[in-house]
Amino acid sequence: MGLLSDPNRRRALISLLTRLNSPICVVCYMAGVAWFMGLAFEPFTLRTYMSENAMGSTMVEERFPAGERALTTGREFSAHKKKAGGMPVDWLVKTMQARGLEVFTQRFSRKLPFPDENKERYMVKGTNVYGILRAPRAPRTEALVLSAPCTPGDSNNQAVGLLLGLAQYFRNQIYWAKDIIFLVNEHDLIGMQAWLEGYHHTNTTGMDWSPLQGRGGSIQAALSLELSSDVITSMDLVLEGLNGQLPNLDLANLFYAFCQKIGVLCTIQGKLQRNDWDSVSGYSHSVQTMMLMVMKQASGRPWGDHGLFLRYHIEAASIKGINSFRQYKTDVTTIGRLLEGMYRKLNNLLEPFGLLLTDYMLILTLLLHLTVVQALDLWVQLATPPPRTEDGITDKEQVRHTYYFRVLSVLTPLVISHLTGVALYTLPIQFQEMAVEQFPVSETEAVVLTAIGVYTAGLALPHNTHRLLSGEGTEQGWRVLKLVAVLYLAVLLGCTALINFSLGFILALTLVPVAAFVTPHVPKVLSAFILVILSPACTLLFSVFFFQELQELPVSFQEGWLLYLSVISQGILDHFLYGSLVYPLIALLVYPCWLLFWNILFWK
Amino acid sequence: MAAPLTLLVILSVTIRAVLYRSSLAEVISERVEVVSPLTAWKRVVEGLALLDLGVSPYSGDVFHETPLIIYLFHFVVDYAEITFMLADVITAVALYMAVMDYNKQVFRKQKYALEADRYPLDCLELIRSPKEMYYIPLKVAMFYLLNPFTILSCVAKSTCGLNNAVIALFILTTIKGNVLLSAIFLSLATYQSIYPLTLCAPALLYLMQRQFIPVNFRRVSFWWFIAQYAFMYLGSLFVIVGLSFFLLGSWDYVPSVYGFILSVPDLTPNIGLFWYFFAEMFEHFRLFFLCVFQINVFFYTIPLSIKLKEHPVFLIFMQLAVISIFKSYPTVGDIALYMAFLPVWSHLHRFLRNIFLVSCVLLACSALFPVLWHLWIYAGSANSNFYYAITLLFNVAQILLVSDYFYAFLRREHHLSYGLYLKRKDGSEATLVLK
Repeated sequence: MGLLSDPNRRRALISLLTRLNSPICVVCYMAGVAWFMGLAFEPFTLRTYMSENAMGSTMVEERFPAGERALTTGREFSAHKKKAGGMPVDWLVKTMQARGLEVFTQRFSRKLPFPDENKERYMVKGTNVYGILRAPRAPRTEALVLSAPCTPGDSNNQAVGLLLGLAQYFRNQIYWAKDIIFLVNEHDLIGMQAWLEGYHHTNTTGMDWSPLQGRGGSIQAALSLELSSDVITSMDLVLEGLNGQLPNLDLANLFYAFCQKIGVLCTIQGKLQRNDWDSVSGYSHSVQTMMLMVMKQASGRPWGDHGLFLRYHIEAASIKGINSFRQYKTDVTTIGRLLEGMYRKLNNLLEPFGLLLTDYMLILTLLLHLTVVQALDLWVQLATPPPRTEDGITDKEQVRHTYYFRVLSVLTPLVISHLTGVALYTLPIQFQEMAVEQFPVSETEAVVLTAIGVYTAGLALPHNTHRLLSGEGTEQGWRVLKLVAVLYLAVLLGCTALINFSLGFILALTLVPVAAFVTPHVPKVLSAFILVILSPACTLLFSVFFFQELQELPVSFQEGWLLYLSVISQGILDHFLYGSLVYPLIALLVYPCWLLFWNILFWK
Repeated sequence: MAAPLTLLVILSVTIRAVLYRSSLAEVISERVEVVSPLTAWKRVVEGLALLDLGVSPYSGDVFHETPLIIYLFHFVVDYAEITFMLADVITAVALYMAVMDYNKQVFRKQKYALEADRYPLDCLELIRSPKEMYYIPLKVAMFYLLNPFTILSCVAKSTCGLNNAVIALFILTTIKGNVLLSAIFLSLATYQSIYPLTLCAPALLYLMQRQFIPVNFRRVSFWWFIAQYAFMYLGSLFVIVGLSFFLLGSWDYVPSVYGFILSVPDLTPNIGLFWYFFAEMFEHFRLFFLCVFQINVFFYTIPLSIKLKEHPVFLIFMQLAVISIFKSYPTVGDIALYMAFLPVWSHLHRFLRNIFLVSCVLLACSALFPVLWHLWIYAGSANSNFYYAITLLFNVAQILLVSDYFYAFLRREHHLSYGLYLKRKDGSEATLVLK
């Protein structure tokens, strides 16, 4: 209580804060960024460790022999897929039954809010086929899932073949203590969503599916397999799931440990790890890997079929086989042995995986520190007009006079910018049919262009606000508005970062400087330009180019723009199909918050 | 003044009606911050179902509301939404009228004091003008009806809204000086959730002040008034309890409602301080700490009543805050009730010291509750400690808020009797420090 109630000490503290305001801001921001870059520097990061003892060693003997037969099954599957023109349900059911599994099917259908041009689908109808291998050694209270998507065209046949081969092999082993579910899902994530909702009796997105006829125990872990060639050069583990959720680190470590043991080359974010962390190129390599991970996580998309499992608190990852031009090849038998080893270790798991603790919050604290200092500074300025009397006592009449006006001048921009946000969220889907009739565009283009249109229209907001406000803005007015906006931003970014650190970090990186410098007295044109550059939409545009650059697939501006449009449409689709939160977050909260700063800049 | 109030009521009812129709209502009614095991609508529905089947509603250890509530909803279950909106409106209007009456009295008292030259000269700027007091009742109604906490509570159909209405009616009748109705509503509030029992101290102080009975232990009139009030209070409590017994035909409800409130068997996380503490505790010490925690709620009555014996309405505010912080199953609806009183003390703003810090912390915590809940329950990347840390911070902020108002109130009173610009003995400027 001492520090809080002693007025002299408080005054000293406050004057210190006001005086050192800008240096503290700059130092904190720099420290935050530097710390973040330091994460990529190996000696700074803790070595990855296993927190679960049962996962500790790779002491199992893998004996899976039947790689060639799996490939044959894969080719058979491919032939039947071609004949059926989609999922060969009858053949799969028969084959799985022949391997001694309990086989069930699930039908589902879904009408997308607007056509998905990347995957060319609108009315989706499909069937999932899954077989359950009942645990012979324990009560069937827990289960593991191995899934492979059935994709149109020639890809992923080998994955299904290997899945069936493993099913046959696992059936003959007696040590399983958990049910193992082999799932072949159609229409990648939509099928997976239907199956998971059916399994857990939930319906979050309004999809039609037939209830599951057979269930196993509660799912402990899941792997999704993607394999499109007979031999591969390396394996890639995809972790990023819906809303930037990641599985437990133990799962990733287990995979890398087995890769090392069996001698399979494994990559992180499609890049081979290097040992020379002390050289410049080594460091820049690891920065690139980290940035790729951050961008993928920030997008909030599921980057593999495993992404939806994480929502149900199931540790899951996708395993991708990559075939490039390297000399060193791995055959399917080896991959089968790798998977066998992993499932045997997961089988030993006694309790659910523990926590994934994030040590990254400190970085964000440093970045957000700036907003807090700003807010304090503004509060001090507001609370103490120049003629200061004893102990913060201010002139009464003046304070009361401005009080009502202040409330009004803050409330109007707040309400209007949030209404713009609601418009950005609802209008694109509502207006697509009208737009398609009026203009020569497809539905998808209509949605994306409406979104961009609403976004740009919001920039006219300050003028509209001022027309609504009867009086003219005062010095006090914008300070109060900025105080509200800065606090809003701090809480918003803090909460975002808790759920999805990468997204929170990227937004903080761009929006926090805005919060720091915007006042009505800075040069208008230049600041407006900077503000637009740092707005969420432009951040997304740059991220698209940066992401392509990181993946070593640079694009021209034209292609980049098209990619940008498709990214927006995918983001909206992800929200309506799987319940991704990024689009509503940006539209309903981040964008209105940014508009508040835009409003301050044009304060009259 | 009636027109703005009507507009306000229409606006708030519209907001609630829209939210009832939206998909948010279902989400909100599941939030642990908004509904407690005592007040959850889901449990009331369960109790009603049991009652319809001819089983005692308390037989399943799900329902913990009082018999009167379940018989109320037995008749109006189809109009539940209207009932809850009505309860909110009644609370707001009752507070509006109560504060209007209270302000008149404050002003009258101030006028007499001014005429008697009781205030030091430099305190003129502390004197409250009728212009600034004119909008306070409306602001109180607005703070209650448009407070997001109240709206959430109403949309979740938490029976907390009904309890608030009873307490608001108690405050209204007390301030109007109606002894009988005050006692009846106080006994109803006590019957609903025990804790409002502590409000009898400010009620007695206020009514005695109004009837010019001195607070003096040696006077017969003092004890006679207390006996009268106690008789009315206990009599109506007896009637209500007896009525409940005859409605259900058994005493099942006593352990199931009051035992449940006092012994805290349900440790579902909420915004209070009980759940984590008792979840972590060894069973051996449970009874002891249970007593400590429950006595804590009632304990503040004595020192606060002594200190604030001249200002019973401020004491009511303090008591409501203490109850809503320290009760065993608090929800945001309880907080909304005492927050509605904040505009009444708007003249204390110049003496508040931590209001900025406290409001920032309260806002941030309110946003962090659902986020950390999501991280704990769904994402699995946080655990109960994170959620409890926010609960703790939220409560510390509330305590700071209340103690800040307490300090400001005492300081204003001090200035009113000793002058605004205090000098030390050596003539230098002095400052007041709370230690």
